[in-house]
Amino acid sequence: MTPMWYIVLAAVLFSIGAVGVLVRRNAIVLFMCVELMLNAANLALVTFSRINGTLDGQIMAFFAMVVAAAEVVIGLAIIMLIFRTRRSASVDDANLLKY
Amino acid sequence: MLSNLWLLIAIPAASAAVLLLAGRKADRWGHWLGVLAPAASFVLGLIAFFGLRDLPGRAAEQTLWTFFKSGDMTIDFGLLFDPLTAVFVLLITGVGSLIHLYAVGYMAHDEGRRRFFGYFNLFVAAMLLLVLGNNYVMLYLGWEGVGLASYLLISFWYNRPSAATAGKKAFLMNRVGDAGFAIAIFLMLAQLGTVNYNQVFSQVGALTTGTVLVLGLLLLLGACGKSGQFPLQAWLPDAMEGPTPVSALIHAATMVTAGVYLIARSNPIFSANSTLQLIVVSVGALTLLMGCIIGAAKDDIKRVLAWSTVSQIGYMFLGVGLGGGAYALAIIHLLAHGFFKANMFLGAGSVMHGMQDQVDIRRFGGLAKYMKITWLTFMMGWLAIIGLPPLSGFFTKEPIIAAAFEQHDAWKSWVFGGAALLGAGLTAFYMTRLFVLTFHGPKRWTDGQHPHESPAVMWIPLVLLAIGSVVAGGLMASPVAKWLEPPLPAAPAEEVHGVLGHTAITVLSLVLTVLGAGLAWALFRRGTALEPQPAGPVVRAARANLYTDAFNEAVFEKPGSWLTRALVYVDNKGIDGVVNGLAALVGGGSGRLRRLQTGFVRSYALSMLAGGVLVLGALLAVRLG
Repeated sequence: MTPMWYIVLAAVLFSIGAVGVLVRRNAIVLFMCVELMLNAANLALVTFSRINGTLDGQIMAFFAMVVAAAEVVIGLAIIMLIFRTRRSASVDDANLLKY
Repeated sequence: MLSNLWLLIAIPAASAAVLLLAGRKADRWGHWLGVLAPAASFVLGLIAFFGLRDLPGRAAEQTLWTFFKSGDMTIDFGLLFDPLTAVFVLLITGVGSLIHLYAVGYMAHDEGRRRFFGYFNLFVAAMLLLVLGNNYVMLYLGWEGVGLASYLLISFWYNRPSAATAGKKAFLMNRVGDAGFAIAIFLMLAQLGTVNYNQVFSQVGALTTGTVLVLGLLLLLGACGKSGQFPLQAWLPDAMEGPTPVSALIHAATMVTAGVYLIARSNPIFSANSTLQLIVVSVGALTLLMGCIIGAAKDDIKRVLAWSTVSQIGYMFLGVGLGGGAYALAIIHLLAHGFFKANMFLGAGSVMHGMQDQVDIRRFGGLAKYMKITWLTFMMGWLAIIGLPPLSGFFTKEPIIAAAFEQHDAWKSWVFGGAALLGAGLTAFYMTRLFVLTFHGPKRWTDGQHPHESPAVMWIPLVLLAIGSVVAGGLMASPVAKWLEPPLPAAPAEEVHGVLGHTAITVLSLVLTVLGAGLAWALFRRGTALEPQPAGPVVRAARANLYTDAFNEAVFEKPGSWLTRALVYVDNKGIDGVVNGLAALVGGGSGRLRRLQTGFVRSYALSMLAGGVLVLGALLAVRLG
């Protein structure tokens, strides 16, 4: 099996995630789509590492996972706070910061 | 005293500062301080005057400090006391003190009396600086100082619109002349590098004819502005809106003669160019006739006297323009005029004081019986100005007329001599008209008038000035002319035989004077109509100041206001339009642009994605292309 299929899989996952971010309104789902995009990127990094025979990509993927974990903590906390004040998890309802 | 000349200026200046800064505390004694200051300067001036006799060269010069220094140019704050300055100092402080004394009585009921004396002393200080300076910049400093004092005093009753306007008019017209004078000083600095009198005069010969002509014309413009000569004469009659002592001191005796002083002081410049002298003489002759003609048609006692001042200064300009020995004649006429015109102005003030500020001579009449002292003193002034021997006008005006006839060219003699002679006849006519309508004939008063003689503080100066009007001319005529000789040129030794002999001129002018006076007496003995009468074109023109005001309005004021309006329009619509339009463009544009900030997370995400795709696409295009 050539590594090419992993790249294709990463691209597909990234696209699903991006479309999900654009079309869904629920903050939790949005968040999961962001995670999907991050992991697609991780998959691509690991694959490139395999293709090039160096470890750089894999190390980079670990960094990305740590950052993603931290991001999840803060992101979920924000979503919780928004839900408590506005009784809604829809991102379209939180649109006060505008013109 | 000659080593402390600055005291002459410092005393009235200090008094002015006290009066203007002390506030209400000085109200009770301020006017007496105001009288004392010029009197003290007069005493010092007398001491300096007598000290001058023993001095070699009869001139004391002293440099107080360097006024300013820039590169090669050094201008000293220097004072010069020579015979020409001496006679002016004595006139300014002597006549000035008498008028100050008179003003104590005249302004007694005015709540601004302290302010009045403050300005009055400021004027005396500035005028003394004007005549005492030893260079043109000092002269200019004093020149602007008297202009300021004149403006403040014309507009003294600033809540009267007419007085405020007259002050502005005087200031603006003086500015035209002052600009000429200032450019003349720049020209001296550029061409000669100095403004000191002695240095300038010693180098005049090195200048080209054209430069001398331009320099002289610019100085003449300045002199015309200050002295109310054609074409800048229109402000002087309006200046009569100020209190009467101001008219007497500033607009008759001293400040308006500053132009004559300027030309007499600059005599080496003016004598160096005959075209220049011809122009000065023409200005003088034209103005003296204009003043007479307009003066004969006016009904306001102070305006008649004002036009008479314009006309008499015209005689002085005629004198200084003739050059040679006539410089001294003009200065002597100036001194005599200072006495009799101040006397008549104060007399007019006394009449107004007794007649509840009435100024219309059609509303006077028969006052001789009620104001004996004013009547007698005014009579002395009247006889002096029309030149009846042996009063002072005869000894001072006659020589100028004679000098006008004694020119090398016959046509000049006839034109300028004829103008001076005609002026003498007209002067007799309008002054007699004024005198008869005011003091004689039937009473034409408005209701409720109780004319009375003025208090002693007012009539004592009148009497002293009347004595001056009677004797000053006779006493001064020949000795002062000789005495003025280093600063002013001596009369040429060779006699110029004019087109008419001396006796013939004297007889002619006396005949014209008697004719003019007799005609006026016969016409106005029985009084005059109370309303303006229909009149021929000449009288109508004279009533309208020979249309000079209309001319100024049409040629200078109207286009000026159009220009201002056009500029305001350009400023409001053009410049403001660009600035406001730019601001509106930015404001409106950003108003539309900020609609992009919708507040929806997904639209931000879309733009980020689009940006990412764009960057990626660009990278690929560069890499692959």
